[in-house]
Amino acid sequence: MIPGSYFFILSVILFILGVIAFFVKRDLITQFLSIEVMLNAGNLAFIAFARALNSLHGQVIVFFIITVAAAEAAVGLAIILLIFRQKKTIKSEDMNLMKG
Amino acid sequence: MIEFLIPLIKVILALVWLLLLTLYVADWVERKESAIIHDRIGANRASIFGLRMIGLFQPFADAIKMIFKEDFTPSFSRKFLHSLAPFLSFFFVAVTIAAIPFGDTIRIGSRIIKLQVLDINVTLLFVLAMMSLGIYGVILAGWASNNRFSLLGGIRGAAQLISYEVAFGLSLVGLIMIYPSLKLSSIVHSQGELLFGFIPKWGIFLQPLGFIVFLFAALAETKRVPFDLPEGESEIIGFYTEYSGLKWGLFMMTDGMEIVIVSTLMTTLFFGGWQVPWLQADGFHWPWGGEWFLASWIVVILQVLAFNLKVFFFCWFQVLLRWTYPRFRYDQLMDLGWKLLIPLSLVNIVGTGIIMSL
Amino acid sequence: MAHFLFFLLAIVCVGAVVGMIFSRNQAYNALLLVLAFAALGGIFGLLSAPFIAVVQIIIYAGAIMVLFIFVIMMINLREGIPPEKKKWTIYLSAVLAFILIVELILAARGSFQALTGPGGEEIASPKALGKLLFTEYLYPFEITSILIIAALVGAIILVKKKEEE
Repeated sequence: MIPGSYFFILSVILFILGVIAFFVKRDLITQFLSIEVMLNAGNLAFIAFARALNSLHGQVIVFFIITVAAAEAAVGLAIILLIFRQKKTIKSEDMNLMKG
Repeated sequence: MIEFLIPLIKVILALVWLLLLTLYVADWVERKESAIIHDRIGANRASIFGLRMIGLFQPFADAIKMIFKEDFTPSFSRKFLHSLAPFLSFFFVAVTIAAIPFGDTIRIGSRIIKLQVLDINVTLLFVLAMMSLGIYGVILAGWASNNRFSLLGGIRGAAQLISYEVAFGLSLVGLIMIYPSLKLSSIVHSQGELLFGFIPKWGIFLQPLGFIVFLFAALAETKRVPFDLPEGESEIIGFYTEYSGLKWGLFMMTDGMEIVIVSTLMTTLFFGGWQVPWLQADGFHWPWGGEWFLASWIVVILQVLAFNLKVFFFCWFQVLLRWTYPRFRYDQLMDLGWKLLIPLSLVNIVGTGIIMSL
Repeated sequence: MAHFLFFLLAIVCVGAVVGMIFSRNQAYNALLLVLAFAALGGIFGLLSAPFIAVVQIIIYAGAIMVLFIFVIMMINLREGIPPEKKKWTIYLSAVLAFILIVELILAARGSFQALTGPGGEEIASPKALGKLLFTEYLYPFEITSILIIAALVGAIILVKKKEEE
């Protein structure tokens, strides 16, 4: 039996790595990927607590998070593809249309 | 010690069974059956000490030839991914065999051993998961070859596999509703019961529509004629054009293995798995009365034999389809998947629900 | 055995994400994340949530990441994009990460006690999960399905090329 705190610590590590990746990377796709990492870290924490509290509600929420992530990925990637078609770049610093 | 040894033996036996059957289905059955359809004799030259055995040694000769061919990696390819792709697609199909129940339990001494490698309570979903991971082999092969035609083949393959995966999963929902379980072993157990006292309660009798959708979706998942648009070796260029030698052989083995896996799935889900009609743990109970009691080891052997026979039949059936039908056009393929199979499987789910609530 | 598996999967998972931070090639980034998500699926299995574990592999590793790889293949950049050169974002991320660690530790301090609970057998059953999903969470479930349809239609409309061109 693995203590639940191990899972929680892993989820914290993953979340922080996701945050760091989001700031360090400069292309939209990888930044989007690091958002997925953060979402998954959240999922892990939910499931760890679901087991610890012996309740299924955490698992249901993870189920919803996964479905919403699928929808988010579809729309987000469509937007990235559209940006690439128009500007021929996916560097996040080139998205400066609203800079004035 | 013995707790580690038993799963190890099970894994080795299952893999040997899968590889041998794949070798024979992808090579011997394929060549002989096409020869019979074409009114030829077919491969019969491979011999050991002058013993030809209607070409039964041919698969080994072909395998040896394939292993010793030159393995050529194009200089323009992405080397690492190019080598990784065939192993990925091979691995994810081979892993699936772990979920298939070959028979019921056997008793050795005081130990009860399941004839199944992995018996978690979501084995059916495990099979689906491994199938969805198998897409990476196709995509990466097409992309890492760095050849426009290979890339197009990879994209065609991925689009086809993703589209038919939806129908594949949905066609099984009705089945899951009837045998309320996601465990393949308990689905097979429920199929041992009788309907009206004489028809075995197999999936094909309870879910005929589900079976038809499953059959087409599963054929599309194997990526062979009539659904062989990803590769289309006879006319169009596909995702493993840039492969040769052992890696090409791995793709061919994957194709053959998919036939075997799909056959085991059809058998397990729709044709009673290892169940023999009217055979129960202590012998036959005929529906017209009368019993024929058998020793338990005979029953187990009969059940494993029945499983094998059913699987052989479906392997033969798929090879027959491959040599009978022409290829779909790409828009026809997509129409069949999205406009026919998915609505049909939804109708099947709703119909099953209505009938069950009556 | 379970400890060994957990550490193996955790190292694979963290290693893959760290690899993503250092790699410049988008395709490798996406593949490393497939590895990380598959490993996370295994960890969910260890947490006696087999249904969620398999859903994670089917949807995350098998569908969402395939979408990412599709887009990466279509964009198909010749050379990778080097990481950020401007120093301030790296410092910002370091500070933010530090604040997050402190915050999460403070938040979790009280609940570490709760994390040692046993976890029963009934939590592993997909049947119980389905029942909960279709009774207590019925409205969220239906709303999610509408959301997915909206996303589907939206994605198609966005990427579709205009007719007159």
